Amino acid sequence: MVNTKTKSITKPVIEIHGMHKWFGNFHVLKNISLAVNQGERIVICGPSGSGKSTLIRCINRLEVHQQGDIIVNDIELTGDLKNLEAIRSDVGMVFQSFNLFPHLTVLENCTLAPIWVKGLPKKEANELAMELLTRVKIPEQALKFPGQLSGGQQQRVAIARSLCMQPKIMLFDEPTSALDPEMIKEVLDTMIELAETGMTMLVVTHEMGFAKKVADSVIFMDEGEIIEQNDPKKFFNNPQNERTKLFLSQILNH
Amino acid sequence: MSSQTYKPGSYPNLPPPPGTVGVYGWIKNNLFSSISNSLLTIISAILLYYLIDGIIGWFFLDAVFDADSKIECRKIDSGACWAVITRRVGQFVYGFYPEVERWRIDVSFLTMFVAFAPLLYPDIPKRKWLLWFSAIYPVFAFILINGGFFGLAKIEYSLFGGFMLTVILGVSGIVCSLPLGIVLALGRQSKLTVVRTLSVCFIEFMRGVPLITLLFVASSMLNYFMPPGTNFSILVRVIIMFTFFSAAYIAEVIRGGIQAIPKGQYEAADALGMTYWQKTRFITLPQALKISIPGIMNTFIGLYKDTTLVVVIGLLDPLGIGRAALADTKWNGLSTETYLFVALFFFVSCFAMSRYSLWLESKLNTDHK
Ligand SMILES: Nc1ncnc2c1ncn2[C@@H]1O[C@H](COP(=O)(O)OP(=O)(O)O)[C@@H](O)[C@H]1O
Ligand SMILES: [Mg+2]
Repeated sequence: MVNTKTKSITKPVIEIHGMHKWFGNFHVLKNISLAVNQGERIVICGPSGSGKSTLIRCINRLEVHQQGDIIVNDIELTGDLKNLEAIRSDVGMVFQSFNLFPHLTVLENCTLAPIWVKGLPKKEANELAMELLTRVKIPEQALKFPGQLSGGQQQRVAIARSLCMQPKIMLFDEPTSALDPEMIKEVLDTMIELAETGMTMLVVTHEMGFAKKVADSVIFMDEGEIIEQNDPKKFFNNPQNERTKLFLSQILNH
Repeated sequence: MSSQTYKPGSYPNLPPPPGTVGVYGWIKNNLFSSISNSLLTIISAILLYYLIDGIIGWFFLDAVFDADSKIECRKIDSGACWAVITRRVGQFVYGFYPEVERWRIDVSFLTMFVAFAPLLYPDIPKRKWLLWFSAIYPVFAFILINGGFFGLAKIEYSLFGGFMLTVILGVSGIVCSLPLGIVLALGRQSKLTVVRTLSVCFIEFMRGVPLITLLFVASSMLNYFMPPGTNFSILVRVIIMFTFFSAAYIAEVIRGGIQAIPKGQYEAADALGMTYWQKTRFITLPQALKISIPGIMNTFIGLYKDTTLVVVIGLLDPLGIGRAALADTKWNGLSTETYLFVALFFFVSCFAMSRYSLWLESKLNTDHK
């Protein structure tokens, strides 16, 4: 168990009220409401196609919602957003398929945005990147290209790349789903260490061990709705909704 | 060896069976892998022997390198009569550029390599300094070749010709069409409807018209479309046309490169807070250009060879010089020698471009290093 599990009673860093999203005519997110406090770790699970990715992608506006409010760090995400780049540099994101820049070295992957988006001097950016690469335990790979690394290493670089922007919130979209089984642990360990630093995290994952160990709260989504949200103990031992029970029985007993 | 048994987990790495690798293995696998393959190899070797024997004889052993006319050539030996080239090599290289001023072309040509070096080879020492020279080189070369400044005599464009003209047209067209092609490719992908429409119209028009038509337009009409008072020389007009024409093709090649970049690249850049121009500069273009190198080089080589088309509007490119030489009664009928020589010049230039592009591709390949 991570010992920083005491709930802080500060203002939420992410607030979502009655949010809807459509892809064309397809109602993909329905009346989503969610509040995430500073330092809180939330795990989102649910069947494929239920809208998990779309939900977290709305939080840094990779997807645009059509109804309801999303407030991140006191800034509302609306159509006439001037400083979208500023918000995005506060919200890090890690993707299922890593999405590292293949033409840049690991170090350059990590320093590109700090230098150009945040205006950090190159030397400082390099030092910061090396510090974070050390934290994800691959400083020795700094001068290699992503294509020369294993999947697990690439995903850890992707985490370091996000952390180099010194974000306040981290979003993870199935970070271990594209990995070979023997590499899942190294990425989850990195995420657990990150959780221990008190980072606010929203994690889409089916790694229920991770959820039990790290999450303050687990959300189950189905067909665009939040069906159930509870703390992990109650969520796993005593799920309330029939669909949650079915989903858990499917992923836990196979 | 194979009969020996090892404990599980201790099996050593053995060398491959003899005759499967190395020179002997290669010859066996590639030239004599079967009876028919062996036959083919032997027949080809015999044909190749006679061919090479004949070629070397005609080109070198039986060739005449100096004579006053074709008739004299034939009296001396039976091979090629290279005298048509050696007697007129000055014209082939410089056209009718005055002989005493030819050093200006030589200097421009040699310094061109210095100007290109830092652009073509990113790892060159003192690159930053050399880039400054690259930046001023166009002005430098213009002043030197064109004259009219610093006491350099002004040389009329009508005297330009030969390989020098090819290099001027080809290099200017290549250097200008790459940036224009990039702009058009980005324009075609733009979210702004006006920019996109303009780019599409330009590209489709240029690709839909034969180059030779554009050259006729350049020679007769282009000034008509320019603001009054401007009067571009025919050479500039031709360079503009070459640039437009190949920029349209390059734009399409680069568009293919841009579309080959996975969506995730942009999402990652967006998630890091990068702006459109930052994404374009650091993510889109480096990857798209790398993918497009073979296609871009293809277009460049095409443009370079298409410079020979200027002969139709009266400019004396190497083919024009060659035709002038052949029209001379002394050299009448030596078209094989003349055109082979011109072909050799183009082959050497284009082969160099092709090798450079292969080198660049492998250098930029970061997938499996
Ligand atoms: N860009 C898009 N356009 C249209 N439909 C989409 C798009 N992205 C996702 N969808 C659809 O939205 C639904 C939810 O997708 P997603 O959020 O990726 O689900 P999950 O991550 O839970 O598997 C799916 O049915 C998917 O097909
Ligand atoms: Mg998903």
